[in-house]
Amino acid sequence: MAAIIMTASFLTGCHGSKGLAAFQMPETFDASGEYEITFWAKNDTNKTQTEIYEQAITDFEQIYPNIHVNLRLYTNYGDIYNDVITNISTNTTPNVCITYPDHIATYLTGVNVVVPLDTLFADERYGLGGSQLAYDGVNREDIIEPFLEECVIDEQHYALPFMRSTEACYVNRTYVEKLGYTLPETLTWDFVWEVSEAALAADADGNYLVNGQTVMIPFIYKSTDNMMIQMLKQKNAGYASETGDILLFNDTTRQLLATIAGHGQSKAFSTFKISSYPANFLNAGQCIFAVDSTAGATWMGTDAPLSDISEDKVVDFETAVMTVPQFDTENPQMISQGPSVCIFNKADAQEVLASWLFAQYLLTNDVQIAYAETEGYLPVTKQAQNAAAYQDYLSRSGEDNNLYYEVKIQASRLLLDNIDNTFVTPVFNGSASLRDAAGQLVETTVKSVRRGETVDDAYLDQLFADVTSLYRLDQGSAAAAGKADLGPLPQTAKRLLITLGVVWVLILGFAVWEHRK
Amino acid sequence: MKKYLALILTAAMTLALAGCGAEGESAGDEKSEGVMTYEEYAAAELETEVVVETYVQAKQSWWEDKATVYTQDKDGAYFLYDMACSESDYEKLTPGTKIKVTGYKSEWAGEVEIIDATFEIEDGSYIAEAMDVTDLLGSDELIDHQNKFVSFKDMTVEDAGDGAAFLYSWDGSGSDGDDLYFNVSKDGQTYTFTVESYLCDNTTEVYNAVKNLQVGDTVDMEGFLYWYEGVNPHITSVTVK
Repeated sequence: MAAIIMTASFLTGCHGSKGLAAFQMPETFDASGEYEITFWAKNDTNKTQTEIYEQAITDFEQIYPNIHVNLRLYTNYGDIYNDVITNISTNTTPNVCITYPDHIATYLTGVNVVVPLDTLFADERYGLGGSQLAYDGVNREDIIEPFLEECVIDEQHYALPFMRSTEACYVNRTYVEKLGYTLPETLTWDFVWEVSEAALAADADGNYLVNGQTVMIPFIYKSTDNMMIQMLKQKNAGYASETGDILLFNDTTRQLLATIAGHGQSKAFSTFKISSYPANFLNAGQCIFAVDSTAGATWMGTDAPLSDISEDKVVDFETAVMTVPQFDTENPQMISQGPSVCIFNKADAQEVLASWLFAQYLLTNDVQIAYAETEGYLPVTKQAQNAAAYQDYLSRSGEDNNLYYEVKIQASRLLLDNIDNTFVTPVFNGSASLRDAAGQLVETTVKSVRRGETVDDAYLDQLFADVTSLYRLDQGSAAAAGKADLGPLPQTAKRLLITLGVVWVLILGFAVWEHRK
Repeated sequence: MKKYLALILTAAMTLALAGCGAEGESAGDEKSEGVMTYEEYAAAELETEVVVETYVQAKQSWWEDKATVYTQDKDGAYFLYDMACSESDYEKLTPGTKIKVTGYKSEWAGEVEIIDATFEIEDGSYIAEAMDVTDLLGSDELIDHQNKFVSFKDMTVEDAGDGAAFLYSWDGSGSDGDDLYFNVSKDGQTYTFTVESYLCDNTTEVYNAVKNLQVGDTVDMEGFLYWYEGVNPHITSVTVK
């Protein structure tokens, strides 16, 4: 009997491991209650962005005095992801969180951890453009449809887009022309590789002819995962299927890596992870093609308002903002990226509703336009994109080197002109690991050739095997993929196992006792 | 009984003295077979394999079986970035621990480091005393001491922006828990120093000491001579004078 009671009590204790109950939309928002919500936000190490978040919170709290928003700032998505994963197990996730859909797919392996938003979108009172909103909310049809579609996982919306960006190639046009080339209308990989190799010509003392310095890395890519993903897309080659089948390790990938290896070996090409930020080299006249996010545009160019290098190292040159290199200039392809916002489930449905009210507020014009103007971002709503204030901002490109910094506005325009040429990769549990794997192929290949290794079929066979293993891409299904350690058993599971052991001992003890009786 | 007590006390004192002997002294570390001296390491080309014996001075972080560690021997310092390391081994990397490291010499934004490294723990201990490099600030010689545990004396805290003595993150875009950036000057030249939050988080004395700095304070500091597009020391202690 004691064993039964003990088991029952432990099993009751395990109930929590099933997770929270699914969120149910309350009838009405309780304006008499006090709600404190946390918002984990990402900024691009940009003080203005921080100030915009703070202003948005201040304005929102004036509209909803019973909702208090605590802001926690991050400067990279990876840290947010790691902290969310850590906090899921202790039910201490934030309420509202800037994130990537790839990351949400991992969060969804927990039960009712992230709130599906379709019901909230459609709610007539508090949904998108809802009648009971205390501010002028956006209608669903106001959100740019491709951006909203990026937030769908398993046919449900789990996020709202917050800002969108793509990658751009920031080019030192002055040096390209000094080398005797003219920039084409659309950059091609062949052009970039050719000019990069030409830029390596040096004098007998090791000074590069194009810049007169001892350092020149003609082509630097910030995010090599994007590099490989975009190259494969442009080649119409495999990366991942919509259902999560991994197609990355294919012959086209081999060919691409062989090409990259050649330029890595000559040191015409390097990466952020190997060398440092492309912007630092570009602005010092030590790089000609710097690929980085349009959300990094304020760091690019002679007159960049943000810089990590001292003024005396900056050289004068003309910056061209171009799409990333293409294989088929008639059919350009570039990644769509940028922050989205998700909402975490809580035991109190009113708290979740308060979170939703805040998340929606981030799509209002004041927030959208102000934030988009901090970098080469685009607002995600038609309302904001078409607003007179935003159009005026775009039209004033180059008026100064701060708000109207030419390179930044050109970067925004680049995306605006290419929305139809953007794509996203399939999202599934493990897609974040696959993305890391794609970048790892490039990073490892370049490092290897710099260290004198030969990149041939045998090398690539081993690389594919190593990367597959490192990111656990070989564990049967995509859903099982992921580099993260699963960690120790949860306490509830340990308690259950111990209890089962105790029960068996008691049963055996009882049997022995009965036998002797 | 007295004999036993005397024997025990003698043994204890001997052990204690042996333990103290390593700290602050020259390691006197003969390099093992196949191990580079610091001079050989410094002369090695970038992207080549290096093998060094060195001593842990401080740990920055561990994540997914990778550790970032500040190390030094009696001749120079080695920054080990993302070295392969299990969580249990990371616990063993206490200050002074001698390790043999095999990896590749690399440079990132001016910081020379060893990457893609593995290590094994060896017998021996050494903790470096801080080298006063105040007079080397602004000189070409300073970089020769990159990554060493160093000290700076009698520097003046300058405005980091809008009258503040420090900023969360480089431009003030961060919040409590992020890296702290502060400016200090000597002889009319101003330098940016950092409290690296992975090395010294917001529960540490140095983090809170920097948060309490006032523009105009005179300070002595210790830390590691890290580099990011120029000198960017990772400060581990601050004393307001």
